[in-house]
Amino acid sequence: MQTKLKTPSGPKINFKRGVIDMTHGAGGRATSRLVDELFIKAFHNEWLEQRDDNAQFSVLCGNMVMATDAHVISPLFFSGGNIGSLSVHGTINDISMSGARPLHLAASFIIEEGFPLADLKCIVYSMADAAKEARVSIIAGDTKVVERGKGDGVFITTTGIGVVPKGLNISGVNAKPGDCILVSGTLGDHGVAIMSQRQNLEFISPIQSDSASLHDLVAHMVQNVPSLHCLRDPTRGGLVTCLNEIAQQSAVGMQIEEKAIPIHESVKGACELLGLDPLYVANEGKLIAICPASEAQNLLQCMQQHPLGKEAAIIGEVTEDHHNLVQLNTSFGGQRIMAWLSGEQLPRIC
Amino acid sequence: MKYIDEFRNGDIARAIASKIRKAVDSNKHYKLMEFCGGHTHALHRYGIPNLLPSNVEMIHGPGCPVCVLPIPRIDAAIALSNMPGNILCSYGDMLRVPGSRQESLLKAKARGAQVRMIYSVEDAIKIAQNNPNNKIIFFAIGFETTTPPTAAAIAKAKTLKLKNFSVFCNHVLTPVAMSAILNIQHDDKYPIAIDGFVGPAHVSIVIGSDAYSAVSQQYKKPIVISGFEPLDLMQSIYMLINMINSGEEGTVNQFTRAVTPTGNEKSQHIVSMIFQLRESFEWRGLGQIPKSALKIRDEYAEFDAEKQFTLPKSEGLEHKACDCGAILRGQKKPTDCKLFRVVCTPENPLGSCMVSAEGACNAYYAYDRIPENCNAN
Repeated sequence: MQTKLKTPSGPKINFKRGVIDMTHGAGGRATSRLVDELFIKAFHNEWLEQRDDNAQFSVLCGNMVMATDAHVISPLFFSGGNIGSLSVHGTINDISMSGARPLHLAASFIIEEGFPLADLKCIVYSMADAAKEARVSIIAGDTKVVERGKGDGVFITTTGIGVVPKGLNISGVNAKPGDCILVSGTLGDHGVAIMSQRQNLEFISPIQSDSASLHDLVAHMVQNVPSLHCLRDPTRGGLVTCLNEIAQQSAVGMQIEEKAIPIHESVKGACELLGLDPLYVANEGKLIAICPASEAQNLLQCMQQHPLGKEAAIIGEVTEDHHNLVQLNTSFGGQRIMAWLSGEQLPRIC
Repeated sequence: MKYIDEFRNGDIARAIASKIRKAVDSNKHYKLMEFCGGHTHALHRYGIPNLLPSNVEMIHGPGCPVCVLPIPRIDAAIALSNMPGNILCSYGDMLRVPGSRQESLLKAKARGAQVRMIYSVEDAIKIAQNNPNNKIIFFAIGFETTTPPTAAAIAKAKTLKLKNFSVFCNHVLTPVAMSAILNIQHDDKYPIAIDGFVGPAHVSIVIGSDAYSAVSQQYKKPIVISGFEPLDLMQSIYMLINMINSGEEGTVNQFTRAVTPTGNEKSQHIVSMIFQLRESFEWRGLGQIPKSALKIRDEYAEFDAEKQFTLPKSEGLEHKACDCGAILRGQKKPTDCKLFRVVCTPENPLGSCMVSAEGACNAYYAYDRIPENCNAN
C-alpha cells in the first residue's frame, strides 16, 4: 500500500459507473485514491491505517505456518460467493490444514483495464466480510493494472500466516495403515455451482458453492482429537486427487466405500448430465481428515457437532499398498482404482 | 437419484451375476465385444469384469469417436486451426489427440492457433455470429449420435445465411464398422473370434435396432443392444450368453426404454437431407472401409470445410510402437501394448485410445489395478 498520510485532493472515485484504468495501477494519485477509498476502508485495520509498505506484527510462540494461493476463476461471481470471498477462504483453509489458527493475510490484485469499479468494490467487500467472519486481518496488499485483454477481469493472490497449537503434528506424510478417512460433508458442490454458471453451459441448479473458512471446524477437531494425522481440503481435482496426494506422501494405499461418500442429490444429477465424476469435482469448504481408527468415532461426532461438519462421514481406511493406490468399493459391488485426474474432466461425445 | 440408482443396484447385479454363472457352459470360452467405448468405461468403472465368470471375456470395440479418426484427419484439423483468421471449434477430447509428430490441437492452441472447446455445435454457430471477421470451422466427429446435431447446425447456418461457418465432417457409421471387425481374417497371433456384440446405446436410439439386422444375418452373430448403466450391461451379457448357448442370431433390444426398432426418424431425415455416403473413409486400425462415413451434400458445399479450404497433404505419421490399431480391432488388449502405462499415459497420450473418456486404454488405465508383476508405475 502507498505511504501517504492523507488522501490526495480531487473528485471521489465513481464506484457506481467508473471502470479501472491504467492510472489506478501507476502508483500515483489515482492508485492512492483507490487504496484509500476502497481497500483501507473495506479491510480497515491498524496496519493498513499506518499506510506503510509493510505490516509489522509480533510473533507468537509455537510453529508458524505460511500459505499462498493465486485465485483465477470464471465466472468471478457465482452462487454462494465470488472471487473475493473465495480468495480469503482458500488461503485460510490452506493454513488451517496444518491445524493452525490463521492470523493475518496479505492480498495482491491484478486487475484488467476496463474492469467495473462496482464489481471490484463488491469483491473487496466480500473479502472484508470473509476475513471479519474468520477473525483474520488483511494487513498488506498490492494493486496492479494490466492492459485490456491481458487479464481476465481480476486475479487475486492471498498469502496468509498462522500459528500451530503446541503438540500437533498434522501433515500429509502421517497417514498410517489402519487409520480411518473422514470427510466433513457433501462433495462437488463448489465445482458444480461454478460449472452451472459458465457461459457456454448455463443450467438452472439449486446448488450453491460451499466456499467457507474451515479454521473453526479444525480448531474444534484438534481440540478434541489432537492425535489427528492428516488434514487436507479437496479443492482442484476433488476428493480423488487429494487422496492420491496423501497416499503418495505417506507411501500407503487407501480403500474407499462409495456408499459412504456424501454427495448432494442435485450434484449427482448435474454430474450425470454433464458426464462428470463428482469425486473429481472441486470443493472450497470441505476437508478430509485421517486419524487413528480408535479415534474415528470421536472425531466423527465432534465434526458433526460443528455447523460445517454436520454431514461428516467415515468414508474409508488407509491400507498397506506399495503401489500407493486409492481403491473404491463401488456401491454396485465391484472394485476399481481411483486414478489421478488427467487434464480436465470432459463429457463423453457419443 | 431416481431412475439412475435403480440401474446401479448392487444386489440385483449380484443376482444377475449368479444367473450368468449358472448359464455359462464351463467348456466354452465366450468372447463378447462391447462396441462402444462408453460401455468399456462403464464395465471398468463399475468393476463388472470381476463379477463375470473367468470364461466370459469382454473385448472392447472401436466405438470411440476420437480413437477411430486416422492421423491425416487430425493433421488436417490442426492445419485448419493454423490458418490465419480461422477459429476451429471442437469437442474437448479431440483437442488432446496426437497427430503426426505428436502435434495436437491443444499444442497448436498454445502456439497461438484459435481453437475453442465447445460442448455443443450450437456454440460454434454462436461463435460464428459473434465473430463475423473470422472463419469458424466445426470439427465434426462421432458416430450416428452426434451426426443429427451437426446436420441441424448446417441447416440453421443456411437459414441464418451465415457466410463464415463451415464443418470439417468426420461422421462415421456403426453397422459398417461392425461388419469390418467381423471381416478381419483370423490372425494366428491375435485371433479374434467374437461370439456376439453388446450393441451401442445412444447410437441405436438414433438408428433403431433394425439397423443391425443385415450385419447380424450376414455374419450369423447375436447382437444385444444395451443401455449404458451397469445393470443394463449385466442383463445384456446374460441375454447374449443365452443367445450364444442356444445358437440364436439376430438383434435383441435390452435398452427398450430408449431404443425402438426404427429409431429417431426425424433425426434420420435431417441427416439424409444434409449428408450423403462417402465412397470410402479411412479408419484408424481398420483401414479404408467403403461406405462407412458421411460427407456434406453438394447443395450445402458452402458449409463444407473440405471444399472451402485447401488442406495440405498429411504425412499421417503414427507413433511406431503404438498399438492403437490392433487395440481398436480387438486383437490386443491395452495391457499388451509396450507403451501402455510406461510412456503412454492420459497426461502424455501417444495414441488416441489413451485420450478420451471412450478410449479403451484410458478405461484400463483409469480403473484397473496394476498387476502385481508389473514394474510400471
